[in-house]
Amino acid sequence: MESIPYEHGLILAAMLFVCGLVGVLTRRNIVFVLLSLEIMLNACGLAFVVGSARWGDAEGQAMFVMILTLAAAEVAVGLGLIIQMYRRFQTVDISVLNEMKG
Amino acid sequence: MTLLFYLASAAALLATLAVITSTHVVHALVYLIVSLLAVAVIFFVLGAPFAAMLEAIVYAGAIMVLFLFVMMMLNLGQTTAQEEREWLQPRTWVGPSVLVLVLLLQLGRVLVGEHTEIMPVEVGVRELSLLLFGPYLLAVELASMLLLAGLIAAYHVAKK
Repeated sequence: MESIPYEHGLILAAMLFVCGLVGVLTRRNIVFVLLSLEIMLNACGLAFVVGSARWGDAEGQAMFVMILTLAAAEVAVGLGLIIQMYRRFQTVDISVLNEMKG
Repeated sequence: MTLLFYLASAAALLATLAVITSTHVVHALVYLIVSLLAVAVIFFVLGAPFAAMLEAIVYAGAIMVLFLFVMMMLNLGQTTAQEEREWLQPRTWVGPSVLVLVLLLQLGRVLVGEHTEIMPVEVGVRELSLLLFGPYLLAVELASMLLLAGLIAAYHVAKK
């Protein structure tokens, strides 16, 4: 089996993370913000699995399973919040959420 | 195997770029599914078949379908795509992109210094479950409580 450079895996994870970060910073649609958060979490999981492959043990994969759980819980709550926001404001633009009305 | 790794990396990166630049939510979701499946292929190449399965079933299957259902419920329509195009002007994304590019260059500078070759050995579900139900048992219990809390919170928040 041919080998894969360790740092290329980590650089790929960094690039995916940065793509997600750009999405979070630039988009105004809250659905895209949540999708970009997913991209970032997934990039973290990729970094853990690359580390797991580098040292040939399962610790990194265990962390990946934890990240997966976290992502699932986060998406459930986030989508609930999006539904509630759409009901109240009839829009998905995050700039309407600029004042607290209690 | 090395070629497969680079092909899947290119697919993942291109699909992710398409996600953050597309104006239609459903198109972005389908691109994200492509990206996640490419990452699953990378996991497989790196000798983590169980992680690859989880990525395909839980991420690309369950989480993305949840997104799709909510998008169908919201029924955003064509006007949002037009609004998106107005919001995605260069003056809104050039600044953050340049800053984030600096961050990426710093990360790359740190990572390029070391060079190690990975010889992928398969670390399968047996080793992973010995770890998860041995030393990480408390973390697994906490994860189950987190999921329960997420379930209750989603039910409560999305209620009318």
